[in-house]
Amino acid sequence: METVLTTHFADDAYRRIDVYRGFGGYDALRKALSMTPEGIIDEVKKANLRGRGGAGFPAGVKWGFLPKDLSRPRVLVVNADEGEPGTFKDRLVMSRGPHLLVEGIAIAAFALRVHRSYVYIRGEFVREARILDEAVAEAYAAGFLGKNILGSGFDLDLTVHRGAGAYICGEETSLINSLEGKRGWPRLKPPFPASVGAFSLPTIVNNVETLADVPWIITHGGEKFAAMGVEKNGGTRLIGVSGAVNRPGVYELPAGTNLKEIIYTHAGGVKDGKALKAVIPGGSSTPVLRPNEIDVSYDIESMAKIGTMAGSGGVIVIPEGTCMVRALSVLMNFYAHESCGQCTPCREGTGWLKTIVGRIEAGKGKAGDVELILDLCDNMMGRTICPLSDAAAMPAQSFVWKFREEFDRHIGEQKCPYGNRF
Amino acid sequence: MSVAFSEAARAEFERLLTRYPDRKAVILPALHLAQKEFGHVSDEAIVYVAELVGTSPAEIEGVATFYTMYNRKPVGKYHVQICRNIACSLLGAEHLIEHLSEKLGVKPGGTTPDGKFTLSLAECLGSCGTAPVMQVNDDYYEKLTVESIDAILDKLP
Repeated sequence: METVLTTHFADDAYRRIDVYRGFGGYDALRKALSMTPEGIIDEVKKANLRGRGGAGFPAGVKWGFLPKDLSRPRVLVVNADEGEPGTFKDRLVMSRGPHLLVEGIAIAAFALRVHRSYVYIRGEFVREARILDEAVAEAYAAGFLGKNILGSGFDLDLTVHRGAGAYICGEETSLINSLEGKRGWPRLKPPFPASVGAFSLPTIVNNVETLADVPWIITHGGEKFAAMGVEKNGGTRLIGVSGAVNRPGVYELPAGTNLKEIIYTHAGGVKDGKALKAVIPGGSSTPVLRPNEIDVSYDIESMAKIGTMAGSGGVIVIPEGTCMVRALSVLMNFYAHESCGQCTPCREGTGWLKTIVGRIEAGKGKAGDVELILDLCDNMMGRTICPLSDAAAMPAQSFVWKFREEFDRHIGEQKCPYGNRF
Repeated sequence: MSVAFSEAARAEFERLLTRYPDRKAVILPALHLAQKEFGHVSDEAIVYVAELVGTSPAEIEGVATFYTMYNRKPVGKYHVQICRNIACSLLGAEHLIEHLSEKLGVKPGGTTPDGKFTLSLAECLGSCGTAPVMQVNDDYYEKLTVESIDAILDKLP
């Protein structure tokens, strides 16, 4: 099977620029510099490259939102704040193929007429930030970054910027505030970042994997990339499979690979020969699926049709014998911890969800608590500046809808039938 | 008691200033530098960073306390942060947290009396494919078991 990103990831030396170039690395940048910016954007549009950070917005369309007026400098910000529980793919790209990202940034920057770019990497990724810093230094030394790149007259400065521990900074406007040295509070939109973003300049924010796909698209053409996936969802995806599977890890598979096949063929099925109980398909915020729902094409549209999302490509596998109330309680602790506190429905809602799910798990649930969870969720969705509130409500709602009997049993018996253990 | 960066940290701070169109963008990197230099982000460090950046200590404190990685209080020589999120929990993190608590004799949030270890619970560290995971200072340790945790911690000088 043809791969876009991971082809040489087994080779430790691939992170070095000479080895990367030996495999044709930076040839795409050279080619891009001979194209027009519009030509590059068209190619990315043809590729049906959808944002890999979670929202799935078409990258080429997003690029088109920058104002035509070139009087203000623009900024390209790379979202490397990988924090959605269950997601660990961008870390792989940055540690095994950092030059794919650097080259993708250089090509995108040229297409967007950007001369200043930042990789905002989550603070905990100290090692990956160091690897990226080394790759950036190598690219400067080789003339792929800096002034007059490859004699084209195009200049680009790239800086790796470390976050400091806040899930919310994966949301693009929060990330922008954080990059500016502020608390990571999301901003009201409009204005959208494409008109007023980082340092009040027109800004595009793209995910690591999204940009790392760009060199391949330029080398092989957008149509070929599109053909690897399904309609409206081109290329491959890095799918991280975690939880109770025999072979957890990141798998690069064509967009639209069957979810059941991802879990059973690629990730080797459920650990210890257990039956499957549930799957969180696209990172912790995405609505949970029952085993009879996973025979589905893992692409953005097909997942939306069954009421969930492919999100950030993080498939979390939950085995038979797991207490779903306890699993939800872990997630609700997380969202309550990570709410920035700016909007009341989220600040209060995540806190109450944590409290109510926690007390049900502890055997202290009250009659009406399940209805209260659903009512809270209704009041949290679509009512806040950013989607963190929805991100907490979606799992809560779906866990209750699909595993209601477990919640009722906890309340009825006033204890956890699983003995308060995973 | 006032504090100040070493010459090397000061040079790094000056280099950072050249990378951004706005001076305040160096606040997060400067706080990382301060934590590395002084061990934690003390009140004195806040005042110092505020002076360097040219803003109020209140603004720096507001930023420093928003993010989990800045330690406003001293931590042990080794800051052990174990993930308690879903992928790690499904593979036994709760049991490992209990083991760490017993082994170190401190509850999460606590520091051993000799100042060697601080134990903290972390939210998702972005390494779910190699769960359970912990971070000790800058380094990740993956696919943890009770035995591997013992071996890792016992080896630390």
